[in-house]
Amino acid sequence: MAAALDIAVSARLGGFELDVRHAFALSGVTALFGASGSGKTTLLRIIAGLEDGARGTVDYAGETWLSSAERIRTPAHRRGVGVVFQDARLFTHLDVAGNLGYALRRARHTGPRPSLEAVSAALDLAPLMNRRTDALSGGERQRVAMGRALLSAPRLMLLDEPLAALDNRRKAAILPYIERVVHEFGIPAIYVTHAIDEVAHLADRIVVMTEGRVAATGDLPEALERLDLQPLTGHFEAGVLLEVTVTAQNLAHRLTHVDFGGQPMTMPMLNIPLGETIRLRARARDVSIATEPPRGLSIRNVLEGRIADITEEPETAFAEVSVETPSGHVRARLTRLSVEELGLERGQQVYALIKSVAFDRRVVPRGSGAPVSPER
Amino acid sequence: MAFDDLGPLWLTLQLAAVTTLVLVVLGTPLAWWLAFTRARIKPAVEAVTALPLVLPPTVMGFYLLVLMSPGNPLGGAWLRFTGDTLSFSFSGLVIASVIYSLPFMVQPLQSAFETIGRAPVEAAATLGAGPLDRFLTVASPLAFRGYLTAMVLTFAHTIGEFGVVLMVGGNIRGETRVISIAIYEHVETLDYAAAHGLSALLLAFSFIVLLAIYAMNGGRALRAR
Repeated sequence: MAAALDIAVSARLGGFELDVRHAFALSGVTALFGASGSGKTTLLRIIAGLEDGARGTVDYAGETWLSSAERIRTPAHRRGVGVVFQDARLFTHLDVAGNLGYALRRARHTGPRPSLEAVSAALDLAPLMNRRTDALSGGERQRVAMGRALLSAPRLMLLDEPLAALDNRRKAAILPYIERVVHEFGIPAIYVTHAIDEVAHLADRIVVMTEGRVAATGDLPEALERLDLQPLTGHFEAGVLLEVTVTAQNLAHRLTHVDFGGQPMTMPMLNIPLGETIRLRARARDVSIATEPPRGLSIRNVLEGRIADITEEPETAFAEVSVETPSGHVRARLTRLSVEELGLERGQQVYALIKSVAFDRRVVPRGSGAPVSPER
Repeated sequence: MAFDDLGPLWLTLQLAAVTTLVLVVLGTPLAWWLAFTRARIKPAVEAVTALPLVLPPTVMGFYLLVLMSPGNPLGGAWLRFTGDTLSFSFSGLVIASVIYSLPFMVQPLQSAFETIGRAPVEAAATLGAGPLDRFLTVASPLAFRGYLTAMVLTFAHTIGEFGVVLMVGGNIRGETRVISIAIYEHVETLDYAAAHGLSALLLAFSFIVLLAIYAMNGGRALRAR
C-alpha cells in the first residue's frame, strides 16, 4: 500500500463532536470538502498537532504522531507539516523577507528543501520582499504565507481555506499560484474548502465531511459526478467535469474548439496549445434537455445521449437529470414540471444543451509552464 | 536637596531596578499562563495577583513582616542560609516590592499576550520553532509594547512605595531608607524644605513616566488599573 496519513480520531470541542477514520493518500492534492462547521478545520488542526483535545491515532507513513492509548503526541514543531492558515498569520514584526527567512532557518534537514529562489519564482515574491506585512493585499499575504510554509520543507502541506477571505477576482488571480505550487514542489497537500470550484481546480481526490464525520470519498473527476454527493455539494454548484482536448483555435470569433470523446464543443477562447487536455466544468443549472435535435438555437454545445437517471428534489420545483453520452455523462437541472411535460424517463434518447462551461485546469502535463488565468 | 538625600535616592533606584528585573522573570510565565489557560482556577489566580491593587499597604506589609520574622519558617530559613534576617533588610524590601508590584507587571503582559493570541505562535510552531524559540522570536517581540508598559509601571510603582516599605523595612540608612521614607522623616522633623525638594522630584518623575506611557499607547487607557 502506498504511504498514507492514517487517521482514526475523535474529539469533543464545545458541543461539537468529531469522529474521523480515513487514510489520506500522501500524493497530490486531497480536497477536504464540507460546509462550514463540518469539522474540516478541526481535523486539519489535529493533523498539524495544534489541537490538544483529540483522542485516537494519527499515523504518518508509519510514524506515530498521535496515539492517545500510548500517550504519544508529537508536538507541532516536530511534525514537518506546513500550514497555510485562512488568515495567513504572517509575523507582523517582520517584513516579507523576514517571514520567509524565519521558515528557511528552521527548515527540516531531511527530504527535499525548496530553495528560496524556486519558491520566490513560483509565487512571484521578489517584488514583495522588503514590504511590511500590513502593507500587503489579501492575495499577496496568502502568497507569502504559502511561500513561508514551503520554505520550512514540509512533508505535508495543509491549506485551510486560503482563499476564503478573498473576493472572486482575487481568488481567480491566486488559484493558478496554488495550483502551480502544489504540483511543482510535489509535496502532498490537504486542501480545506467549501467551494466546489476550488476542488475541481486543484484536487486529485475529495474527502467530504458532514457533521464531524467523513461522508464520502473519491477520485476526481468521477467523484464530483456521483449523484450521492449532490446534497453535499449543493444544488447551485452541482455539475460534472469534462475532460476535453483542444483541437482548434478560431481567432476570428475568439473561440476554442475542443473534442469531448468524439463530440465537438466550442468555448470562449483559451490560451492553450492544440492537443492539450483540459478539464471543463458544466454546472447542472447551465445544462438543458431537448427531446429532439434542436434547431434555430443559439446554444452551440449539444451532446446526444440517453437519460441514465432522474432525481426529483422533494419540496422544491427542481429535478436533476443525468444524461449518459458516448463521451461521458452530464447533469441537467430542470424544473419537475418540465420533466413531466416532456415525459422524460430513463433510457430515453435526449439532447443535452450546454449553455456554458467553465475552464478548470490543464490536466496533462501537470504544473508545466506558467499558470493560466481561468476563464470565468 | 540635602546631600543626605542622595543615599535614599540611589537606594530607591536600585530597589526599583532589581524589583523590575525579578518581576520580568517571574511575571512573564504567570502572565502567559493567565492569558492562555482554560483552567478553572484562573479567576482565583487573577484575584490573588490583583490583591496588591486593593489591599492597604499596611495590611500587606504586616503579613509580610510576620512571614519574614526569624520565628517564621520563611524568615527562619533565610536566617539559616544567609546569616541575616529578612525583615529590615534590602533583600526583604525586594521580596516585598515584588509582591506589591506584581499586578503592575502581570496585567499589562497578560493583556499583551491576549491581544497577540495563539495564532502567530501556532504559525511559528508549524514552521518548526520549539516552545522557547517561538516565545523569544515571535511572542516577545510582538509583546514589546506590553513589556515596555509593564516595566515602566513596575519601576514607577516601586519608587512610590511607602506603607509596605515602612512595615517591612523600617528606616535604616543605606539599607531600607528609600525616598518616600526619607520624605516622611523630613516632615516628621519639620524639615519642610528637604521634603519639598524630594516630593517635587517624585512628582515630576511620576508625571513624566505616565506621560511617556500614554504617548506610547496613543492615548489609550492604562490596562493595569
